[in-house]
Amino acid sequence: MANTATVDELGHSPEVRGKNYLNQTAGVWSWLTTVDHKRIGIMYLVSVLVGFGLGGIFALLVRLELLTAKKTIMDASQYNQAFTLHGAAMVFLFIIPSIPASLGNFFLPLMIGAKDVAFPRLNLLSLYLYWIGAIFMLAAIVTGGVDTGWTFYVPYASGVSTTSVISATFGVFVMGFSSILTGLNFIVTLHKLRAPGMSWYRMPLFLWSLYATSIIQVLATPVLGITLLLLIFERAFHIGIFDPTLGGDPVLFQHFFWFYSHPAVYIMILPGMGVATEILATNARRRVFGYKAIAFSSVAIALVSFLVWGHHMFVSGQSELSSAIFSFLTFFVAIPSGVKMFNWLGTLWGGSIRFTVPMLYGIAFLFLFAIGGLTGLFLGMLSVDLHLHDTYFVVAHFHYVMMGSTAIAFFGGLHHWWPKMTGKMYDEKLARVGFALTFIGFNWTFFTQFILGTRGMPRRYYNYLDQFQPLHAFSTYGSWVLGTGFLITFICLARSLKTGAPAPADPWGGATLEWKTASPPITENFEKAPIVTLDAYERPAEETA
Amino acid sequence: MTFDPIDLGSFWMPKQSSTIAQEIDTAYYIVYWLDVVMFFALMVPLAWFMYRYKRRTAKDKVSDITHSTTLEITWTIIPSILVIGLFFVGLSGWMKAMVAPGNALEIRTTAEMYMWTFTYPNGNVSVNELVVPKGQPVKLIMSSKDVLHSFFVPEFRVKQDVVPGTYTTVWFEATENRDTILFCTEYCGVGHSDMLAKVRVMDKADYDNWQETGLMPGEKPLPPAELGKKLYATRSCNTCHSLDGSRIQGPTFKGVFGRTEQIADGSSVKVDENYIRESLLEPNKKVVSGYPAVMPTYKGLLKETDIDALIAYLKTVQ
Repeated sequence: MANTATVDELGHSPEVRGKNYLNQTAGVWSWLTTVDHKRIGIMYLVSVLVGFGLGGIFALLVRLELLTAKKTIMDASQYNQAFTLHGAAMVFLFIIPSIPASLGNFFLPLMIGAKDVAFPRLNLLSLYLYWIGAIFMLAAIVTGGVDTGWTFYVPYASGVSTTSVISATFGVFVMGFSSILTGLNFIVTLHKLRAPGMSWYRMPLFLWSLYATSIIQVLATPVLGITLLLLIFERAFHIGIFDPTLGGDPVLFQHFFWFYSHPAVYIMILPGMGVATEILATNARRRVFGYKAIAFSSVAIALVSFLVWGHHMFVSGQSELSSAIFSFLTFFVAIPSGVKMFNWLGTLWGGSIRFTVPMLYGIAFLFLFAIGGLTGLFLGMLSVDLHLHDTYFVVAHFHYVMMGSTAIAFFGGLHHWWPKMTGKMYDEKLARVGFALTFIGFNWTFFTQFILGTRGMPRRYYNYLDQFQPLHAFSTYGSWVLGTGFLITFICLARSLKTGAPAPADPWGGATLEWKTASPPITENFEKAPIVTLDAYERPAEETA
Repeated sequence: MTFDPIDLGSFWMPKQSSTIAQEIDTAYYIVYWLDVVMFFALMVPLAWFMYRYKRRTAKDKVSDITHSTTLEITWTIIPSILVIGLFFVGLSGWMKAMVAPGNALEIRTTAEMYMWTFTYPNGNVSVNELVVPKGQPVKLIMSSKDVLHSFFVPEFRVKQDVVPGTYTTVWFEATENRDTILFCTEYCGVGHSDMLAKVRVMDKADYDNWQETGLMPGEKPLPPAELGKKLYATRSCNTCHSLDGSRIQGPTFKGVFGRTEQIADGSSVKVDENYIRESLLEPNKKVVSGYPAVMPTYKGLLKETDIDALIAYLKTVQ
């Protein structure tokens, strides 16, 4: 090439061309001591995928056990451990850190045109805390398991269970710090490190969702930490906070637990909403409809999320007045969620829609989140919840929200940004097969469970009435399709690392800053700090003409 | 099972077998149909846009409308009104479910790992079988001996956690003269899914007769061994003791009478009338070696004639 002495189309000078965050330095040690948010994001990505695999294996085992009404492959205590570990691994190892810690870490600085997060070393510490917490959880598995359910309800968890409750809860406690520090880091980064011209209203909406998420992480996670610490003390020293035989109150634990864990539901879903927004805007080649409405609805959801925890406790024995107030407030979460739904449709309206693999995930997200959100209305209604509480209806509902929406958005985001992160294109056809099986298998598995639930099938049952057997078997067959879908997706992505074609800087025609640097990005993201002159998702005039 | 534990009334919901069920189902179907309408209101435009605005060329014109205040206010206000309406629909049924009529028959209910005990006003006790008269409000005053449990009868549409250290209540009025099932729906440990009980709804006269004589409708007094066989099932001995030699929570009853058992403290005991009686009343005094000391006492739960009947029955299990 004749022009190697000058800058390339991205403005990269010859010195940095060919260099990127992956090959700048080599060796395991260079990764373990890195402060580059992109490498940390990749290490989180690998970690949360391992967590997802672990939770997924337990999920398939749980469903396999439920193929028949009595014993299928394991005994009752093994089953209780399997569903506890499925829940705990999916919630704490996978879904809470999934999007913020992996995709968020990687793309937040890129999308605001910054070199890194505000506190790179703190970022690395977050990762180590996550690993340490994970080790305690894994230690719990090998030293007797945990059989309390991921909610650790007392007094079963504090005084009765003979399993490794302390190790597991301590693991979650440590991971909580990881979550808090990541949230703190993101808040400061967004406030202080935006590129010139990148005003708040020019930020991609993914960042607004991460901002709202971070606020919840910083404010709510300490409550979980304190609660679990109290649980550990209760179990170890019998101090009588929660155990009624010592003068404690078991319902208090539920208040504490859900004061964190209900906002945590939005820690899970808000980033998924943000990813979906990016995918839809990019593939409809359109500015997001109602930008401010989506941005503010994220913040509104974060705020309302603190006021609704009691809807998990309508039948717990809390006062009737509390239940009524919590029910009323709960419905206010539906409004910003609905607003987002309409705005996403508005974004597709008049667009130029390309059905890339990420877009398929984006559309699946709209479909599954609609079902997940609408079925939440049943559970917010006091009288209907009397029947549906703690049945498979609840299981189906939260799987539609947490897995159908958040995990689908996560995998959509993974495909969307995979070329940017790895510099490789994946096999489009194979990725479509993986997506299709995942989508079909998911609905097959979980829609069935709505019917089980309304008919009265309680959750967390090892044995069940024969009359529920056909639906349980049907759901289990669906789980195998779902598992196959994920396996194919995983194979497809892993194979691309070896055989994938090199990715261009902007494979989808994106309008946000991360597409304005090389794939994979150079170590400090941009050679020259970008100057932002356009609104969010706005394209230069010559592109839209 | 000799009966349909849950009789389906529709594709979604079980049969309505209590006075509150209809109200809850109405609320259910209100939100159900509202959801169906809203789902299509979202998905039809989605499908249409996917078809209509599919990218045809790299230079497709796209709309430059970035927002519409009118639209956004509309789709904020209409859902707000709808969900507030739903709140009041839910509240109305729930208030009825929370307040028991003053004339309700009160039954003390105790939950423990893993059985339900019901104590009736005259002191009668039934285990894992709740017997209630049809057409009369029944109020359960519930507490737990150990961990959290939850009382759930799908056909009645009632659910309430049972919490140690406090009393919670639930009430219902059964409308169907049939048997159904109650579940524990708060996870309570290894036996959680086996913590079931039968709910027997009968006419008031039959209920009164059962309270008086212990006889179910149409039942004649049984010879001891047969009564014992029945008690083995109804008092949940079968949860922990098999008849076929297999090991469950406790030793099998196959050939138990006359067998010599090794006791945890090293001594041994011959299973005779006295040992069986003692094991029922003070189960943890002589626990067979290799089994956990988990059997609850049946003191106060079995009459002397019941104990005699169980002994007579165990003699026949070979």
